Amino acid sequence: MSTTETTVKSGPANEHGYKSFELGGFQFRRDEFFVHVTWPTGTHLISVDVFLRALQRDCAWNFFYGTVNFDDVIGTINHYGNVDLFAGRFNEAYRTAELDHLENFPSEEIGGTFRAMLDDWTNAGFDPFASPAETDAPWGVKNGDNTKAVTRQRVAANRMVGVKGDERIRSDESGYPINRMFADVPQDEPEVHVEPGYESEIAAFNLFAYLSRSDVTWNPSVVSVVKESLYCPTTEEYILPIVHGNDRVEWFIQLSDFISWDVQDRDSGSPRAKVIMKAGDVAAMPADIRHQGYSPKRSMLLVWENNSADLPALIASGKAPTYPVNF
Amino acid sequence: MTGYKTVFGSLDSFEKGRIEIIDDDPKHYAFSNVFEVASKSKAYEKVAVALNQQYVLEVIRAEGESGWYVCDHDETVLCMDGEVRVEFVKPDETIHKVGTDGSQSVAGVPSGNPMGNVLLRRGHQALLPKHSAYRYSATKTSVLLQQTILGPLTKQRWASICLS
Repeated sequence: MSTTETTVKSGPANEHGYKSFELGGFQFRRDEFFVHVTWPTGTHLISVDVFLRALQRDCAWNFFYGTVNFDDVIGTINHYGNVDLFAGRFNEAYRTAELDHLENFPSEEIGGTFRAMLDDWTNAGFDPFASPAETDAPWGVKNGDNTKAVTRQRVAANRMVGVKGDERIRSDESGYPINRMFADVPQDEPEVHVEPGYESEIAAFNLFAYLSRSDVTWNPSVVSVVKESLYCPTTEEYILPIVHGNDRVEWFIQLSDFISWDVQDRDSGSPRAKVIMKAGDVAAMPADIRHQGYSPKRSMLLVWENNSADLPALIASGKAPTYPVNF
Repeated sequence: MTGYKTVFGSLDSFEKGRIEIIDDDPKHYAFSNVFEVASKSKAYEKVAVALNQQYVLEVIRAEGESGWYVCDHDETVLCMDGEVRVEFVKPDETIHKVGTDGSQSVAGVPSGNPMGNVLLRRGHQALLPKHSAYRYSATKTSVLLQQTILGPLTKQRWASICLS
């Protein structure tokens, strides 16, 4: 057991076979269909498929940028080293009734608890990262585990996928077959001619083929880096399992197919816009919104992030605008 | 069994999406389309379509042969449509302005060792390594998306490319 895991507070398996967990004043338990969350001023039920898909992403992304709303009540806010766990924080009715609750934890503590919860509550055959059409159901009493799926390592290139010594391209041989919805995506690789001595400098790969072989959905992974500018493409199918609240501007470039985004005010949840993106479209997501995407067919989305640690404070203090350009 | 069709855009065939505003300003989304931008650009103009502080994504209409460029940091280029060759040269001496962000033009042909070249088709992404000179050539009109930093060659024309 690692140091991180020693901070996990869990109870014995219940009648359904699942452990319960505690984080400060929050308690979590699951039954055959639901996750039950309690805190000092309230209780909440979430369908276990919704909860595990959100939890999987919060764990894999190390709490991502800004807010990860599991639904309209429960979620986390990343402060990059420590994390808020909240109930009702971004729900006006809960705030007005003073039923909302928020506690802050070191990232290692909440991360360790979340990872232990995800592993214990994910049954054999259920993959929270997979499209719902490509995985078994999460329901029922405890039935084995799927540790391999819930502990996938996130792709994080140093310069670019395919550069010598960096992240490798995907293939059948490396365990990444072409997804059923991308069977028509050309798999040709670029012609690369390198003079001796420059093997670490001259590199190219087929990003679209690489994405066609992704075995996960709604999981931005870093494929190229220019200082703090990160290309984080991802393949999307069905519904983004979280509602992402921004702490900085992020950009979407729709590489293929179609996604419809519901955009709401980050703090109140009040609807602000629908952004309908088709292949080749580019759109910013402002720093003061939350958004959730709907992708009827598996699509390729380039999420472009500015990873600067200074941005959240600059935007929160008003020194940087919440939207990217003035015109 | 459904035969799924993956839809990519191109200069010849793209369909732009839209914003349905409920309570916001459409300008906040800076919504554009890379193929539409390229269709209205001059060859090898570097037109910003996404900006995040100093970082930028530029659309380039590749047509014929470009001039030579160099940069003080890594860049990448993604071919969104067509076919583009990128040639690389390691200059004999420092020809980039140290500390200047973004692509820089090189006067004439840089003197140095050939490093190689890559031929990019749709979906292919290449590294443009820092301190190496490069140029593009395209026998048919193509579209590139360059990941770089705002620089002397970046053109910003948001009002003419974005929904408002």
